[in-house]
Amino acid sequence: MSTAVQEVKPPMTPKPPPKLERSLASWRSFFSVSMTCLCFLATLIAMAPLFSVLYMLISEGLSNFSLSVFTEMPPPFGQGFGPAIIGTLVTVGIASAISVPFGILVGLYLAEFGEMSRGGPFIRFSAKVLTGIPSILAGVFAYALVVLTRTPPQFSAIAGGVALALLMLPVVILTAEEAFKQVPKKMREAAFGMGCTQTQVALKIVLPTALPGVMTGVMLAVARACGETAPLLFTALFTEQWFEGDINKPIAALSTFIYNFANRPAAAEVKLAWTASLVLVTIVLAINITAQVMTSGSKKHQR
Amino acid sequence: MSEATVNPDSMPQAATRPPTLFEIMSDRGFRGLTWGLAWLSVIALGMVVLEIGGQAMPAIKQHGTTLVTQTQWHASDQEFGILPHIFGTIYTSVLALIIGTILGVAVAIFITEDFLAPTWRTLLKNIVELLAAIPSVIYGLWGIYVVIPALRKVFSFSPALSNAFNGPSILPAALVLAIMVLPTITALARDAISNVPPKLKEGAIGLGATRWETIFKITLPTSMSGIMGAVMLGFGRALGETMALAMLVGNTSTLTWDVLSPGNTLAALLANSFSEAVTDPPQIAALMYAALVLMVITLVVNILGGLVIWRASSKLKGLR
Repeated sequence: MSTAVQEVKPPMTPKPPPKLERSLASWRSFFSVSMTCLCFLATLIAMAPLFSVLYMLISEGLSNFSLSVFTEMPPPFGQGFGPAIIGTLVTVGIASAISVPFGILVGLYLAEFGEMSRGGPFIRFSAKVLTGIPSILAGVFAYALVVLTRTPPQFSAIAGGVALALLMLPVVILTAEEAFKQVPKKMREAAFGMGCTQTQVALKIVLPTALPGVMTGVMLAVARACGETAPLLFTALFTEQWFEGDINKPIAALSTFIYNFANRPAAAEVKLAWTASLVLVTIVLAINITAQVMTSGSKKHQR
Repeated sequence: MSEATVNPDSMPQAATRPPTLFEIMSDRGFRGLTWGLAWLSVIALGMVVLEIGGQAMPAIKQHGTTLVTQTQWHASDQEFGILPHIFGTIYTSVLALIIGTILGVAVAIFITEDFLAPTWRTLLKNIVELLAAIPSVIYGLWGIYVVIPALRKVFSFSPALSNAFNGPSILPAALVLAIMVLPTITALARDAISNVPPKLKEGAIGLGATRWETIFKITLPTSMSGIMGAVMLGFGRALGETMALAMLVGNTSTLTWDVLSPGNTLAALLANSFSEAVTDPPQIAALMYAALVLMVITLVVNILGGLVIWRASSKLKGLR
């Protein structure tokens, strides 16, 4: 049968093999290749600043680096920025103490209790609007709310903390909500079947299961807060003194230290600003990388 | 049979039980607490607007809209014109956006359109994210000690240019700002481009289009609204960016199109003036007025950008 079909067909003339290559002489191929080159070039140009920043951080920052920068006061008292590191810890600590519990509970409301409520989308929308607010306006808000309400007006660590908290809050809310939504429905339903109240399900099932995801969001928010300068400029202000336990006084931070020392005439002081930048970038990147490792680790665990 | 012989008292205690009164009450209390905090977060946003608006009231009452049209800012003479700052904010942002969009979309295409092996693609993606993680004050420092000297070297061939360029001015500020908005634009444009259904591209390639014909005639037009949204959100970020501009723009309130002359922006004005204005209520009110203007501009741009992205993603749903 099959041989009969073959015989019916007219004898095939051997076709020339199809040409799969495109010659660069053709305008279309030339355009395509040169666009690829241009695109590659644009990517290289876009990457160059990052490598330049990293190079400057290492060449300028590391040459001056010693352990004493962590323990000494800024010039003219010493050759370090110890108070600025403590100050960053204190202001970001205050901001976290306000925004982390606050944000997690709001995330819990959005994902668990108020999932079907009419207010939910509105609250989510306002959190998204809050993420788009320029960081300096958070500073203006804290300035109006905390600094100006004292008589006489008083710059303080707590004002800086409030400003940073406002910036961290929407990040914590939105990432926590996402993490809570990832918890399988089955787990919740099993707990409800055992007679758990909604609160028990939320606190004993959903929160522990989603904890790695929630922590990732918290760490990203902390990393962002560590690098913020604008909201601290006129809330926490700046000081060259050590933090003495009084959060109602101005306080230094690594970011404001860099800003204050960037335009100093003495080369040694500018070098100190670069060293502070190196320390700040190291802190921010370390937190970011830990957050990423945590997310990927928890994904493996769930599988 | 055996069921009847079981003594109810010896039954193991049930694993399930209804919640006790205490549990019911604490459940209500806790849910009420989260409800209250959720609305408090909305109130916080409202408070930001009201607090800044309220503090700006004296300036609004006293000067009305004349502040927005005056060009002189002399705090000591009670002259608070913010027109140069509004102009500077938008001008630097637009310049930065032009550069940032070209580079950002190119990087997004390079990452998504199969130019690279997956390992390199992930690496490039991480490098762009790293760019976003560096605090803005460090970009400011880098601008002072790398970008400005580099521009000086570039301009040194022409005496006219090197005379016009003396350090902090609009050009270095816009260049550094472009680098700072690039990660935002790249990330969002990448999402938009990878949302284009593969069958559209495969159709074009099957018909014999080259790679870049596919990109220019299929991929980019399809994802254009998403890319526009990315640009809008990048614009929102650029408008509110403070530190790099405060360190690089020169901080003189001049109204000029000349990119080599120093300028000023709203955010830089706030950053530089607030800490010294504590004892000067009229100046505080004028600065709050400036903050209010900045907030209105960024909110409008951000909400428009969000809407554009939302419309873009809902439009693409029909194609899948």
